[in-house]
Amino acid sequence: MAHPHRSETPQRYEKEETQLKDRLAFIDRYPNAARVTRLSLGVSFTALTIGAVLGIVQALHRTNVFRGLISSGDYYSVLTGHGVLLALFFTIFFLTGIFTWGTSRSLGRELPSPRFSLAWFLLMLSGAVMTSVAIFGGLVGQIPFSADVLYTFYAPLQAHPLFYAGLAAWLVGTWLAGADWIRTYYHWRQDNPDERIPLQMFMIMTTMLMWYIATLGVAVEVLVFLLPLSLGLIESVDPLLTRTLFWFFGHPVVYFWLMPAYFAWYTILPKLSGGRLFSDPLARVVFILFLLLSTPVGFHHQYADPGVPEGFKFIAMTNTMFLLLPSFLTAFTVVASMEYGARQRGGSGYLGWLKALPWGNPAFAGCALAGMMFAAGGFSGIINAGMNINSLIHNTLWVPGHFHLTVGTASALTMMAISYWLYPQITGKRLQFYGVAQIQPYVWFIGMGLMSNAMHRAGLAGVPRRTAEPQYTQFDFAPVLGSMSEMRLQIAIGGTLLTLGALMFVFVMAGTWMAERGRGRLRVDSHLPEPISGATDSPRVLDNVKLWFVIAVVLVAIAYGFPIYSMVADGVFNPASAPFPV
Amino acid sequence: MHVHRFERLWLVGALTLIVLFIGTVTYGAVGAGYGMVDDTGGEVDPTNTTESENFRSPGVYNGSESDHYDVYIEAKQFLFVPGTSDPVRVPANSTVTFHVTSTDVMHGFEVVGTNINTMAVPGQVATVTVEFDEPDEYGLVCNEYCGNGHHDMEGSLEVVPPAQFNESGVN
Repeated sequence: MAHPHRSETPQRYEKEETQLKDRLAFIDRYPNAARVTRLSLGVSFTALTIGAVLGIVQALHRTNVFRGLISSGDYYSVLTGHGVLLALFFTIFFLTGIFTWGTSRSLGRELPSPRFSLAWFLLMLSGAVMTSVAIFGGLVGQIPFSADVLYTFYAPLQAHPLFYAGLAAWLVGTWLAGADWIRTYYHWRQDNPDERIPLQMFMIMTTMLMWYIATLGVAVEVLVFLLPLSLGLIESVDPLLTRTLFWFFGHPVVYFWLMPAYFAWYTILPKLSGGRLFSDPLARVVFILFLLLSTPVGFHHQYADPGVPEGFKFIAMTNTMFLLLPSFLTAFTVVASMEYGARQRGGSGYLGWLKALPWGNPAFAGCALAGMMFAAGGFSGIINAGMNINSLIHNTLWVPGHFHLTVGTASALTMMAISYWLYPQITGKRLQFYGVAQIQPYVWFIGMGLMSNAMHRAGLAGVPRRTAEPQYTQFDFAPVLGSMSEMRLQIAIGGTLLTLGALMFVFVMAGTWMAERGRGRLRVDSHLPEPISGATDSPRVLDNVKLWFVIAVVLVAIAYGFPIYSMVADGVFNPASAPFPV
Repeated sequence: MHVHRFERLWLVGALTLIVLFIGTVTYGAVGAGYGMVDDTGGEVDPTNTTESENFRSPGVYNGSESDHYDVYIEAKQFLFVPGTSDPVRVPANSTVTFHVTSTDVMHGFEVVGTNINTMAVPGQVATVTVEFDEPDEYGLVCNEYCGNGHHDMEGSLEVVPPAQFNESGVN
């Protein structure tokens, strides 16, 4: 692989960008892919709007600032909606949007069948609507639906069958979406038998292969156990088995949220910084590591569970710690790419180059701030992963404090930031309300800084997560750092700022959506500069995704084979628990 | 394949850190003797917990040695038995094993401000063994969502001076 040749770069970009095809907006080159991307993002942002509004209701209710809107019993309907709409629908509809865009952009061709693409989108959408109806039915007394089971829907709590049926439909939709992208790749491969897989396509394929492995757990849980249970076809389930199947899926889904952000940090952020990606082969290594290690770690969510042998918790712990490696490598590559961009823009000094970065560009600022918060979230995640120290914070407010930095900022803020750059290209419209967009990432960053630090500290004092009223009569919490009232205040203010930040984003997107086309040239284009170290002379084995897939399956079998066998050996439905509808 | 010198350094540093993290956890398990909740508690029928030998009627029992005690706790919507109506009472300077199960849905069993923190899973018995050195009072809280009264599910644990702990406290 070649060393960087610093001298030749700036001229080369300009030459490439003046080619006609690069000046055409994505929507004009790939109208079908642009439409599917637009539809996906539309659903994603709708879910974000609803989920964010539910967020402020919770933040104010929990902290006892304002409890006039809902009863404490209804809090759990709101919490279920917040979790499912944001963690599953906002993030994953964004993923299907950006991966559709990335497939067409990186392969330079349309998806083969507009009808098939629309079919998987509609299947996902109808599933999402069914699940949402079941959840929000819980808030309306006259409607015989409810699904107050939270995002993790642990049996034997039981939701309305519509909740599970919707999840199943939505899940099958994601499988078909992956098939659509991979099929497009095979078409491209027929025309390009010797080329390396384009980097974005490589990321999409490894992410989807991970998803196919991971969703097996939740598919079995929903289709074999929970849906039949809610329909009355079976009488009981083994709660530990269904919980284990959930977490088989529940950790890799975390990487399904993060991979679109990584995808953006590796392939788009370097350009936004004014430079190029540092190393293409290492980006491939990182995605391979995620494919291998994302699934055989689920037991780290079950450190506190009886019925799971300690040795398998230990295996999950070591795998989890090694899963830090791809994130550490990403931190290096992303920062190095940003520094390279800053120096191209005239930045200098050990840290002085930071000032040369385009902090006023909302797409860049959002990604960079999200990356910074991800570093903090990574460190609190290491505490979670530490098998024994985890007992101090398991199921406390520390945990949502952690994942609001990861999925709630690393993923969510990156998704919003990249939308400022991507949405004009798939609509052909200039971004509206640019000033609002410029401030928005900072509002999110400050809001999350307030909320998350207080949640972490409250968790250390033992305050539980997922509760409407964390104020008790038989004891008081004894915080180590700060006071309970100060933490409550920070959570309330932070949560308010976050909802405001989400609404600012939606305002910009809605304004752009409703704007007219053709008012001046777009400020952005889909051209992505070549990496400093390209793929060409890296080992070809990196592109052998079938090999990595097989190794991933073997690792999952080692981590899960015996524990699941022992849970099933005494009877699939034993020890038997009857359902508790909520 | 060329890997930049700084990147190689970073890679080695990251791997070292990871090995150190695993080392500290391993030390906690082997050196400091921190035992995880695992499958040793066995299984029970959630609707009839005392049917098998893995669980006894809820309460405090004398253990296998003189200063050892066993506490059997049932978590159910939305109380701990014992714990919510009556505090769990154990003497100071003792070793206590909590045996926790659920008779309905998933619950959490957290002794606030300590590392006693386990899931209460229907059909499974979680066992946690701890030492109480000093008399103190602790809160119990359910930290897993268990239904619309979840936020009311709490209790207390009293560690009393050995002299005050009479045998009537034991089942």
